Amino acid sequence: MAKKIGVIVFPGSNCDHDAYHAMKHVMNAETEFLWHKDTNLDGIDLLIVPGGFSYGDYLRSGAIARFSPVMNAVQGYVKEGRPVLGICNGFQILLEAGLLPGAMLHNEKLRFVCKNVHIRVENTQSQFMSGLEKGDVLKIPVSHGEGNYFIDENGLESLEENDQIAFRYCTAEGEITEEANFNGSVSAIAGITNLKGNVLGMMPHPERAMEPILGNSDGIVFFTSVFNTLQLA
Amino acid sequence: MYKAKVNITLRKSILDPKGKAAHHALQNLGLNSVEDVRIGKFVEMNIEACSKDEAYAIAETACTKLLANEVMEDYRIEIE
Repeated sequence: MAKKIGVIVFPGSNCDHDAYHAMKHVMNAETEFLWHKDTNLDGIDLLIVPGGFSYGDYLRSGAIARFSPVMNAVQGYVKEGRPVLGICNGFQILLEAGLLPGAMLHNEKLRFVCKNVHIRVENTQSQFMSGLEKGDVLKIPVSHGEGNYFIDENGLESLEENDQIAFRYCTAEGEITEEANFNGSVSAIAGITNLKGNVLGMMPHPERAMEPILGNSDGIVFFTSVFNTLQLA
Repeated sequence: MYKAKVNITLRKSILDPKGKAAHHALQNLGLNSVEDVRIGKFVEMNIEACSKDEAYAIAETACTKLLANEVMEDYRIEIE
């Protein structure tokens, strides 16, 4: 049976169609939208929690979305070890839901940043990354005002010990510098996984970098890795 | 009926860039005696409860479950 990808749509999601397009028309995978009130995730082989401003980011980014009915189903889905990818606001929602550790602060310099950045692959243990090599550098756009990842020292230690850091912001050459860490994230973290490795949250938007004609196609490198690791192709 | 007033601020150990920016602006205004600025959220809730303690407990649940993210924020509740 063909593998199927689900893209959750919250009120205020705005990268849901980008994710759908990237999956359906670039990766040629069967893809469907799931409304935030859906509670049935049967038959979904990869769940994408897309970017945007769910519920207007009222209170905190992702704080209200995590009480949407679909999120109960997502908790069960994650417990079963099935794969969830949260991008940008999706990452924030997964943090608020407690499916990933840590929280998001406003960017250190308070600006909304929308540009291509470089991220370095830090581990390939998760369910998404086996097609990549540690140290690989990808150019992927970011677009956020609250992407300054925060976790306390003990939390950071445990992320490092358990190889949960997926990506760090870096220069084009793969160096971690203060300048490259444009939003002030703890340890330049751009993406993390849960302990089991079946939930990945990342601030950069690979689904926006899928077509050479649009200037950047490194997202394909990432998603090819995801598809190969999960045998979605 | 009780009124709960909740103050939510970033934890002390966390840099508050909004507070810092406001602090700079206050210094530009010549208010040099202002030494530190922290910016947070203020939430007011009317709570139907039998006692002040019960109202506090409800407000606390609201804080831990939704209003504050304890990974990065502290909250302070006052009941009137």
